[in-house]
Amino acid sequence: MPSTLFKNARLIDPWTHLDQAGDLLAVDGTIRAVGADAAPAAPADAVIIDCAGQCLAPGLVDMRVHLSEPGHEHLEDIETTSRSAVAGGITSLVALPGTEPVLDDVSTVEFVSRRARKLGLVNIYAYGAATRGLAGKELTEMGLLAQAGAVGFTDGGRAIADALVMRRALSYARTFDQLIVQHPEEPKLAAGGAVTEGEVATRLGLPGITPAAELIMVERDLRLVEITGARYHVAHVSTAAAIEAIRHAKAHGLPVSCDTAPAYFMLNETAIEEYRTFTKLSPPLRPEADRRAVVEGLRDGTIDAIASDHHPHDQDSKRLPFTSAAAGIVGLETLLPLALTLHHKGEVPLLRVLRALTQAPADILRLPIGRLAVGAAADLVLFDLDRPHRIRADQFKCKARNTPFDGLPVQGTVLKTFVAGRNVHSSDRA
Amino acid sequence: MDKLPSPLFPHRHLLGIDGLKADEISALLDLAEGYVEQNRADDKKRTVLRGRTIINLFFENSTRTRTSFELAGKRLGADVINMSVDGTSIKKGETLIDTAMTLNAMHLDALVVRHHESGAVHLLADKMNCAVINAGDGAHEHPTQALLDALTIRRRKGSLKGLTVAICGDILHSRVARSNIALLNIMGARVRVVAPRTLLPAQIERLGVEVFHDMARGLADVDIIMMLRLQMERMNGNFLPSLREYFHFYGLDQAKLAKAKPDALIMHPGPINRGVEIDSAVADDIDRSLILGQVEMGVAVRMACLDLLLRTDEKRNDA
Repeated sequence: MPSTLFKNARLIDPWTHLDQAGDLLAVDGTIRAVGADAAPAAPADAVIIDCAGQCLAPGLVDMRVHLSEPGHEHLEDIETTSRSAVAGGITSLVALPGTEPVLDDVSTVEFVSRRARKLGLVNIYAYGAATRGLAGKELTEMGLLAQAGAVGFTDGGRAIADALVMRRALSYARTFDQLIVQHPEEPKLAAGGAVTEGEVATRLGLPGITPAAELIMVERDLRLVEITGARYHVAHVSTAAAIEAIRHAKAHGLPVSCDTAPAYFMLNETAIEEYRTFTKLSPPLRPEADRRAVVEGLRDGTIDAIASDHHPHDQDSKRLPFTSAAAGIVGLETLLPLALTLHHKGEVPLLRVLRALTQAPADILRLPIGRLAVGAAADLVLFDLDRPHRIRADQFKCKARNTPFDGLPVQGTVLKTFVAGRNVHSSDRA
Repeated sequence: MDKLPSPLFPHRHLLGIDGLKADEISALLDLAEGYVEQNRADDKKRTVLRGRTIINLFFENSTRTRTSFELAGKRLGADVINMSVDGTSIKKGETLIDTAMTLNAMHLDALVVRHHESGAVHLLADKMNCAVINAGDGAHEHPTQALLDALTIRRRKGSLKGLTVAICGDILHSRVARSNIALLNIMGARVRVVAPRTLLPAQIERLGVEVFHDMARGLADVDIIMMLRLQMERMNGNFLPSLREYFHFYGLDQAKLAKAKPDALIMHPGPINRGVEIDSAVADDIDRSLILGQVEMGVAVRMACLDLLLRTDEKRNDA
């Protein structure tokens, strides 16, 4: 495989706090040199890519993607997910287990990685289900699933509701030093709800979910983490109170991490006005104070990672009355530009934004990716930090179009994506 | 009755009270006043909507609202068709939208819709070329009920402005309450809600109401008492421990009524549960109870709505 020399780049790597002009050399799919010594080390036949001063950063690591294959290929298949991911600058993603069949046995977990390898576009990892069939009752074979490649365990969009099952899942996962990822919502409190309880829900006559449903689940779990010592991750945290609970737990040294998704720092509950089902999410959009707390959590590092929470739905699932409509939005191709709004608004420093998209999820998942390290895979994204564009759902590479951000002007454009040194995406805008 | 208020009613549909202006509501009520007289005459029929087609599409059972809309349309000379769709058999929105598309192809002039989900009528209205009237969507709005309540009050009290109105009972599930809160606020009345905490939605006070949990205090010196229907199926030890307890604390009887102004009037959107939310003696008190008057005003208000939306639409198209 030929070598590639990336010249004249603005090299950005949160792992080494690097943000400076320089070059990067990739040989045989791995990073050979970064910075001043890269160009001299390049072989004569190296392909040279002139980055023209644009940002070259580790490819994004998206730790939360709803995969529709197997089971719902009409919505999205592994190929369209992969194309969409690399178009968004994502080089590694982790699939949630809520496929059909559920990723709760070795063969299904292996199926996903085999399909991804065959396509060779993006690295796809998978979470194993924490309980069989996501039913919340019996634990899966976590040890065998981890050997088969599962990078953690979760019941995806369902909370592990039974406290005893959760305690045992944490205990058992710790045996294999595995991560448990929780959907933070007390399901009985949330039952039947569609939006956050409050003025907007009341005015629209929509059934509300108290924000305490998130806090109660997080606080219960934190007590169980205290007992078990297991690694615990809260998915798409969205309320000020839950973020504060996590901040407190981290300060006390608990092995806790969390992520959020762009919708929770971009939008507040007023976006549901006019019953726009593209804004129906689980957990639901929150009041402005919570949105600000999410920004603050990202700024101070309480929230470790930003995940796309990509969840494709077709029109049949979204063109429904709000309560009946499916929850979730697509997000692979909007992840970077939406996250960069935090930087452009001056709310979160650039390196921290990129850490939440690269190194932090890699560290939580214990994967040797998401950094410009010599010897690491040359998974890279080249992007124009400032170039404005309008999000256009009709130009997405994925099949689904369910985004509330269609038409939104953003700043930051992915130009090229490389996986193991190979150019897997070049933007039409490049 | 052939004169329409000017300027034209600027709304294509009537999906809710939220978004209407005071002068638009007044104009609509003025128009309805005329129809009250017409409905009391021997010859009840007019021809202003002759040749027009109206469909009442009900995804939820309702005898009185549907009949009221049917009479309203027929008395204006329109052809009215009733369609009942079992709410449980249509769950998929694609079917809801398909229904809209199918009806659209039949060139309707107005579609009156009731649906068990909030926002469903908005979804339909987006796809329809004709006027859509919300006849109740989930726990969201029931605008013609609020308008007929307003007409009823206005005829007895002269004006809504400055009145104190208490809305009592199951506010949580009530679209009637939401539409009335919006309308009464727009028209300058003071609104109170009175209910146990389990039957009040979160932050209801931010809709511009004063909240009471005690009937005696909530009814003190009010001009109008609007009782809401309590839905029995929601009573199994969940929202309320028992009907007996509910009636004891929140049912309207003579003792609680005595807290209101001496000339306070009683309203109820019906059908009433006697001995649950209201005592028979109070419900049937011809001096105080406006319940049957509300039904009468319902037909007139719905005639005004159909007239205004359809004829305004016609003028808009002609312009």
